Amino acid sequence: MTKSSSARFRTPMSRARGLGASHHGVGHFITERVSGLALVPLALWGVFAALRLAGLGFDGAAAWVAIPHNTVLLSLLIVVALVHLKGAVQVVIEDYIPDFTTKTVLVLANLFVCVLGGALGVVAILKVAFTGAL
Amino acid sequence: MTETSGGLPERPLSPHLQVWRWHITMACSILHRATVFALYVGVLLLAGWALALAAGPEAYAGYTGCLGSPLGKLVLFGLTVAVLYNIAYTVRQTFWDLGKGFTPKTADMTGAAAIAFAVVGAIVVWVIAAQTGAL
Repeated sequence: MTKSSSARFRTPMSRARGLGASHHGVGHFITERVSGLALVPLALWGVFAALRLAGLGFDGAAAWVAIPHNTVLLSLLIVVALVHLKGAVQVVIEDYIPDFTTKTVLVLANLFVCVLGGALGVVAILKVAFTGAL
Repeated sequence: MTETSGGLPERPLSPHLQVWRWHITMACSILHRATVFALYVGVLLLAGWALALAAGPEAYAGYTGCLGSPLGKLVLFGLTVAVLYNIAYTVRQTFWDLGKGFTPKTADMTGAAAIAFAVVGAIVVWVIAAQTGAL
């Protein structure tokens, strides 16, 4: 078990509160539930959007993305999905990787991949929305 | 044990795959985690699609060509199942948060319903895609 890491970082108060392996379970839990609920309509919209976009070529897709509500919903879908999935994958890492260093590296890698993927996706969508098809 | 952990009980990690006896609720839980990883890749694919669109017609044609290949379609069908399964699972978890649906019979039924919704829903989505000429 992770005696060394938990002994180093857990204060007596945190132990008494018993917040589990990641030390801050409640905020994480609520973030997952709220983002999950937000994703119910967003992901359903995403499926319909995908059906729509599959039939359009480059020009049609660029024009579709530039419609304001599509720009917003597409950006929100990427951001909220990555917030949700970042948390979901982090839980799996914390559950199954007991070694402190490995766990920390994986948790940070997960965070960086999600932030980078989200930033690239949203900036690309905004670029198409604001400057139109090339 | 008590002394090395500073007088406090060691907390257990989550049970690993091999300690479970097969049951629909356990399969739902594991499937949920598996689909999370699939959707992780799926959202990055979506971000890649946006990048290809921003990069211009050639990049976009190349990217959608990959997605439209037989392998790409297989991946997209899998992602459709994963998205719908996660939507159903979120609804199921929300009822759990409200304190409902924990009896074994109900949990079995809602688990089977989530899987059925995902599979049937994905087939319906792809039939619609075929009929609207999206494929």
